[in-house]
Amino acid sequence: MTAKKNISSKIKFRIGISGFFKGLVILFAFSCVIPLLFILFYIIQAGASKIKWSFLIHDELSDSAGILHAILGSFEIVIFASLISIPIGILCGIFFSENKGSKFTYWSRLAVDILQGVPSVVVGVIAYAWLVRPFHQPSAIAGSIALAIMMLPIIIRSTEETLNLLPDSLREAGYALGLPFHRVVLKVIVPCGISGILSGVMLSIARVAGETAPLLFTAYGCTFLSNDITKPMETLPHLINKFATQGDPKVLDMAWGAALILLFWVLLLNIFTKLITRKWKVQL
Amino acid sequence: MESTIIKSVGYNAYFGDNHVVKNVNMEIARNKAIAVMGPSGCGKTTFLRGINRMHELIPGATANGQILLDGEDVLEMHPIFVRLKIGMVFQRPNPFPNLSIYDNVIAGYLLNGIKLPKSEKDIIVEKSLTKVALWNEVKDSLVKKGSFLSGGQQQRLCIARAVAMEPEVLLFDEPTSALDPISTSTVEDLFHELKRNYTLIIVTHNMQQAARVSDLTAFFYMGELVEYDDTKVMFTNPKDTRTQNYITGRFS
Repeated sequence: MTAKKNISSKIKFRIGISGFFKGLVILFAFSCVIPLLFILFYIIQAGASKIKWSFLIHDELSDSAGILHAILGSFEIVIFASLISIPIGILCGIFFSENKGSKFTYWSRLAVDILQGVPSVVVGVIAYAWLVRPFHQPSAIAGSIALAIMMLPIIIRSTEETLNLLPDSLREAGYALGLPFHRVVLKVIVPCGISGILSGVMLSIARVAGETAPLLFTAYGCTFLSNDITKPMETLPHLINKFATQGDPKVLDMAWGAALILLFWVLLLNIFTKLITRKWKVQL
Repeated sequence: MESTIIKSVGYNAYFGDNHVVKNVNMEIARNKAIAVMGPSGCGKTTFLRGINRMHELIPGATANGQILLDGEDVLEMHPIFVRLKIGMVFQRPNPFPNLSIYDNVIAGYLLNGIKLPKSEKDIIVEKSLTKVALWNEVKDSLVKKGSFLSGGQQQRLCIARAVAMEPEVLLFDEPTSALDPISTSTVEDLFHELKRNYTLIIVTHNMQQAARVSDLTAFFYMGELVEYDDTKVMFTNPKDTRTQNYITGRFS
């Protein structure tokens, strides 16, 4: 009788522990969301009043100062960075996934992992040494290349991991129909993994859209609308940095407005990524 | 007089240092169904994959000897030409999940970038699907994705995909081991139809299946071709004691 009683009291104790543990997990999960909610709340509160049409369609030098030049500059620099990094990144990811066993893959993958860990400011310094100093002036393209270097590891690893999840039987189906390697890759492997590849690309864009450090001494920034990628160009993160450190409360407000726009952009990118992943997912 | 379509002369296959197919000599006549059976790990699948050069896709895999297709050594040919003449169906149905049923059938043309007029494509699709007894089931849903079908239908779709390329030989690697009994019997019925136009080589570890579908049976054991004869002879009067032991179920 006592043995049975012992067991039931033990089980009751375990149920209690289990409940406590569950509560703990929920508490910590919720506490992860709190910082994000605070940031969102604070930025919206501080920046919302600045978001007017004139703020979005004028540059800094106009009478009603705006941030159009930074929005367009950010877009332009990120687009150029994508044009550089997407083809290289995807091809590199395909290479890694198709040559899993080789020594070369092992070392290159290690290099990519290390590249991911390189601080963004270091990437900026490298781009400065390569592209700014030799030409004696900051340029948007130098900023793009710095951002492209930051995007590469994200695209490579997400492409590789997506393709590794595809079953080998798919490759074999292609080869058995007499497809050459490049067609197996381009017509079978990539279309089947397209949603994972694209989500990696979008996340890498979202990641670098807010980078400041690599742009500080590459794209540098300017005060008016400029479309020349060989000249300095303003970007949202750089503009926020500039306005926030000037000490003028009016200008600080503009920094909040710009921060809200940047946050909104990154948020949209993330939502868009989720939609794409769901829509283009190939049911295996 | 039967004509030989495939002739294996002293064929060896390796995974690294592991000698998995040992000195196989075998002649296969046109428009016959050949069953290749044997216990797990006996090299039957490796031999099959050697015939259309799929074996060497595995890192570290090598082969030597000769496999003659109409007198031409496939080990000397470019694998792409080999695979266009020798189609293959795998253990698990593997239709292209990103393509429609229609596109899956003509995948061999589509993915190889061979442009065909729409009318010709329609003919190939209908003919191939009819050959695998799938046309009536899917003719109204050709635009749906291949993965929408049931497992047995997917496997027949994969056979249609191989048939659409008009190969001379079709290789089947345990084509029914992932299917339910009804789908299995549908696929088995197909073999009788298909061998009118193609030579079939079917790897199976199901002896009853080998007895049901094949004209000739080959028995592999420990990488060697132990015995190769008429299916009837193999199952009633095998010459080698190892074959005898295998078909009486003394090992499997």
